[in-house]
Amino acid sequence: MPPLNDINSETLGTVEALTQSGYKYGFTTDIEMDLAPLGLNEDIVRLISARKNEPQWMLDWRLKAFALWQTMTEPNWAQIGYPPIDYQGIHYYAAPVKKAGPKSLDEVDPELLRTYEKLGIPLRERAILAGVEGADQPSQIAVDAVFDSVSVATTFRETLSKSGVIFCPISEAVRDHPDLVKQYLGSVVPQGDNYFAALNCAVFTDGSFVYIPKGVRCPMELSTYFRINARNTGQFERTLIIAEAGAYVSYLEGCTAPQRDENQLHAAVVELVVMDDAQIKYSTVQNWYPGDADGKGGIYNFVTKRGACRGARSKISWTQVETGSAITWKYPSCVLEGDDSVGEFYSVAVTNNRQQADTGTKMIHVGRNTKSTIVSKGISAGYSNNTYRGLVRITQRAKGARNHTQCDSLLIGEHCGAHTVPYIESRNPTAKVEHEATTSKIAEDQLFYCRQRGLSQEDAVGLIVNGFCKDVLKELPMEFAVEAQKLLAVSLEGSVG
Amino acid sequence: MLHIENLAAEIDGKLILNGISLTVPRGEVHAIMGPNGSGKSTLAYVLSGRDGYTVTGGTATFNGQDLLAMEPEARAAAGLFLAFQYPVELPGVGNANFLRTARNAQHRLRGEPELDAVQFLKLARAELKKLSMSDDMLRRNVNVGFSGGEKKRNEVLQMAILRPEFALLDETDSGLDIDALKIVAEGVNALRGPNFSALVITHYQRLLDYIAPDCVHVLAGGRIIRSGGPELALELEANGYVGMVADAA
Repeated sequence: MPPLNDINSETLGTVEALTQSGYKYGFTTDIEMDLAPLGLNEDIVRLISARKNEPQWMLDWRLKAFALWQTMTEPNWAQIGYPPIDYQGIHYYAAPVKKAGPKSLDEVDPELLRTYEKLGIPLRERAILAGVEGADQPSQIAVDAVFDSVSVATTFRETLSKSGVIFCPISEAVRDHPDLVKQYLGSVVPQGDNYFAALNCAVFTDGSFVYIPKGVRCPMELSTYFRINARNTGQFERTLIIAEAGAYVSYLEGCTAPQRDENQLHAAVVELVVMDDAQIKYSTVQNWYPGDADGKGGIYNFVTKRGACRGARSKISWTQVETGSAITWKYPSCVLEGDDSVGEFYSVAVTNNRQQADTGTKMIHVGRNTKSTIVSKGISAGYSNNTYRGLVRITQRAKGARNHTQCDSLLIGEHCGAHTVPYIESRNPTAKVEHEATTSKIAEDQLFYCRQRGLSQEDAVGLIVNGFCKDVLKELPMEFAVEAQKLLAVSLEGSVG
Repeated sequence: MLHIENLAAEIDGKLILNGISLTVPRGEVHAIMGPNGSGKSTLAYVLSGRDGYTVTGGTATFNGQDLLAMEPEARAAAGLFLAFQYPVELPGVGNANFLRTARNAQHRLRGEPELDAVQFLKLARAELKKLSMSDDMLRRNVNVGFSGGEKKRNEVLQMAILRPEFALLDETDSGLDIDALKIVAEGVNALRGPNFSALVITHYQRLLDYIAPDCVHVLAGGRIIRSGGPELALELEANGYVGMVADAA
């Protein structure tokens, strides 16, 4: 029998098997690409804008952002370390040579179709089964598939347009819905918000645009799958979702990338706008390539996500499951402007090997009786570092504001780190802010208990980790919950009983 | 069924089991009694394969298989169940999910078809009913927020659902009131039959009023110092361990 202290190495091995060698999406698609020359300057910004057939105002907006970016410096306050990023060593535009935005699936390169098939992403407009017992209703999901710098297909657009919902690549929205884009783009995350957001504003290529008109409940889940494929490229996606008064939409986002030895940069901006009584539920399963066991390769994920609850009683829920990326720098936030508006943030962040995650949220309470909930679960293994960083700000006006934060860390092994950095600023004496934090380890007695009942060590770790994350996983739409549970190598939590 | 010969084991270099020999034939229930620190729990853990114990000598076979060479989960699948003295909490893990995962893991290891959710719930509800427990037991997280008695009852429920051939009960009676004790005993007695055996580890004779053993062994200093019929438990109850340990020395 192995001695007691072997439990950690065994557990580590298990977690490694779960998260690292389990990366199933590391393949590359061999396809002819239209690449911008390496590097970044004004001409590259112009080239991207030209490739997208953008109107002059959009180009001007990009150039303004580029000028801003050049005056800014990379932030260094996060608990992450990495060699300097060579911004001149990246292709800022990469698209499959076939015409972007084909009219039907038949025009899409079969190689691309095979890629999405391998990724398990439905590009055919058919009902997909949720794959969960108890789900007897087939559910439908509309998909926008973004491959490097372009959207290659967006499904169910006609069905959606019948209820007035616009779901299209953002590059198309710039051309077809300029008034909406002009009104809202940069209204939540301004061009000069931060270094990576400014960069994104200058060079963003594709992403999704969603508009839900007044009083409409979006008839199906919307989703975007981002795939980085080309070597030495960055992906700069841009997503804008607007929910008019009384509207509702649930939006899902997934991401994968090939296994490569070099790091690749992903700097996205997501903006949400929610009017009176409207709600956006935004879920992410982030599974970018995390790098190998020694920390070689992997995606640098520097992302700005923010939603504005503009209307009274509006609501934004962010749910994220972050398992990939070499570095995650990401703080999906809510600006609670409308009275009685609600912001939620549910997060699971798993780091292993040499992965680093500095992630959390900002809840800015502006309106009266605004309410926010933060549930963060960090799991660290290997030599990884996992930081929760969260800001709760109650402004003077925000009478009766309330926040509850629950922040739990689970450590596996002796060499990983978990950190919690909460910032609380309250300028209103009627506000109530609560912060709870715990740190625990998977105990040897828990593993033995499970194994004595017949579970393998691997299944036991999966079960315990999944239980630890339950409060977050239950917030995910069912299809994503399944994917997330598989990612956490867990069998059936929540589907029985 | 279970055959232990000259078993010796240590923890952190300290000898705890010092040559135990014991045979529990199929269909029999044996009791192991002994004072604190005599090695009772160590025996249970060594037989079930917990990390941290080093076997320094002897053998243990289960239905002819070398028990000590098997992983804990393989021992479970072979039909060995340990009812824990201190059942462990698994936050966020539902009891139903835990039990179904465990039962199906054992089925997989034995090459049997797995149970789907409907089949499992049917089986679980039937067992709950037999044990006069509420369905709520399945919905709660494993042992989280359970009272001491509820934890032990949950061990019995798990045993009923996993259907072992051999149950090791490690001081399952400790900390139980008389009603809970009866439920535990009924759970064990319900499984009794020609193909079920058990080793009931206890400090007190009380449990044996409800689970009548075929045989009683007294463990002291890491060895079995006396074996006999049920009357041995009564003798211990009357005279205590001190005299018997002194006689054996």
